Amino acid sequence: MAAARLYALPGFSLRAIAVWRRHFLVWRKLAVPSILGNLADPLLMLFGLGYGLGAVIGSVEGTSYFAFLAGGFLASSTMYAASFEALYSAFSRMHVQRTWEAIVYAPMTLEDVLAGEWIWAATKSLAAGLCMLAVVTLFGYASWPMSLAAIAVVALVGLAFAALGLAINALASGYDFFSYYITLVLTPMMMLSGVFFPVDKLPEAVQAVCQLLPLYHGVALVRPLLAGSAPDGALLHLTVLAAYALAGFYLATVLTRRRLMK
Amino acid sequence: MSAAALSVTGLRKRFDDTEVVCGVNLEVTPGECFGLLGPNGAGKTTTLNLCLGMTEPDAGAIRLLGEPVPARAREARAAVGVVPQFDNLDPDFSVAENLLVYGRYFGMADRDIAPRIPGLLEFAGLGGRADAKIRALSGGMKRRLTLARALVNDPRLLFMDEPTTGLDPQARHLIWERLRRLAQQGRTLILTTHFMQEAERLCSRVAIMDRGRIIVEGPPRALIASHIEPQVLEVHGPGVEQWMARARALAPRVERAGQTVFCYAQNVEGAIASLADQDELVYLHRPANLEDLFLKLTGRDLRD
Repeated sequence: MAAARLYALPGFSLRAIAVWRRHFLVWRKLAVPSILGNLADPLLMLFGLGYGLGAVIGSVEGTSYFAFLAGGFLASSTMYAASFEALYSAFSRMHVQRTWEAIVYAPMTLEDVLAGEWIWAATKSLAAGLCMLAVVTLFGYASWPMSLAAIAVVALVGLAFAALGLAINALASGYDFFSYYITLVLTPMMMLSGVFFPVDKLPEAVQAVCQLLPLYHGVALVRPLLAGSAPDGALLHLTVLAAYALAGFYLATVLTRRRLMK
Repeated sequence: MSAAALSVTGLRKRFDDTEVVCGVNLEVTPGECFGLLGPNGAGKTTTLNLCLGMTEPDAGAIRLLGEPVPARAREARAAVGVVPQFDNLDPDFSVAENLLVYGRYFGMADRDIAPRIPGLLEFAGLGGRADAKIRALSGGMKRRLTLARALVNDPRLLFMDEPTTGLDPQARHLIWERLRRLAQQGRTLILTTHFMQEAERLCSRVAIMDRGRIIVEGPPRALIASHIEPQVLEVHGPGVEQWMARARALAPRVERAGQTVFCYAQNVEGAIASLADQDELVYLHRPANLEDLFLKLTGRDLRD
């Protein structure tokens, strides 16, 4: 494929909505188990660690450990929900079911398909984030209306990880490939992004690495918003997340073209 | 706008070190049923994908329904239907949902797709199965549904990549009957196949492709008449080697494939007479068909 076409910026078309609607129609049939599946793990962790470990630790950065964890988990559960959709589900549609192939025989482009996948994975992670936020609110750990702004951050975190996931998807030879990404990228990121403990307790060199991670910036925004205060350095955090989302989607587009449009 | 439904000139495509399409020219007129034949790996599917704008040619020009491809492939595909070689129906949906969702990819509104669905299912012999799951369908039903799906946008032209591969004779005949009906409606059909019987029955014109090139092109009967002897005698059984030596004097072209000898001639009466005292040999006398032509042009070697 000619280099100019391979590296061209993705063109956006409203046709991508048809792809989003396809995924939504499938999801509607399985919405309840899907939401429960997305929520069970982070909620068990939140309640287990929040109350159990919280009883030992007491307070962190002036709040209860439960409140501290709630902000972290809101961001990390969004990260996982977006990633799983853009990895496993997108891969089965691209490779196993040949759904993408069927779509591009219609007057649709590969970019429409990718954009639909991207927005869909972000939507699904937003749904997971909203449910999480509802539970946290129910237990009195979210301050409104400031938490409204956390919803926008959750959407951006979803877009960033959906884009990165789609880039990884374009490189995958099979489902096993994704466990490397999860074990070597997402799990360490969760440890280094201030989900469980404040990052400023880490050595300075490690802190510098933390600041490169998109989840770190998501947590840095979500946690103060839940507590009802404006985050410090919000513009920088938002810029980093937006950069990951846009650069990630561009990378996903180039890698997918290279894989499928030989 | 050119009058051809599809016109391809000087098409070339290379994957890594091998050129798989090496200078293909094609012209398909509206309303014609055109067959692209060739052994596995001849470049048929790649040619189709190039015509649809799925991949970019290294050289050559393509016009599909008057639109330049790949530049305006999206516009061209709006009036095209595709039946791919491998089943890619959506397993998460019912039969009717597959059609509805596919229509949306053409930018059609649900209120325009929904009234078309009963007619499409009727055409596909799937009336009453609107709510069936894809997993519950047989291979033949899936293929018919794929055909119905390709018609959701009422296309002027249909591409079909081996439409009956893997189907039993009943299912195959039903598909052929439907394709004839589509041709009668004035739609242009372009199909690839390695079923010569299929091409001979359906296609008004065929092109035989091998190693990325088109070697002959024309109406099936005319091609057979101009390239091959009209009569064929197939002989097999113990002692066929000895008989073959005699047959060479009785037929202008005698070939052997494994344990079977093929005699091609204007008249095989003499060769048949020579079998009278050969009780152990079994023979079949038949007119030459497209498969004989195909084998003559592309050889009998296996293509894997």
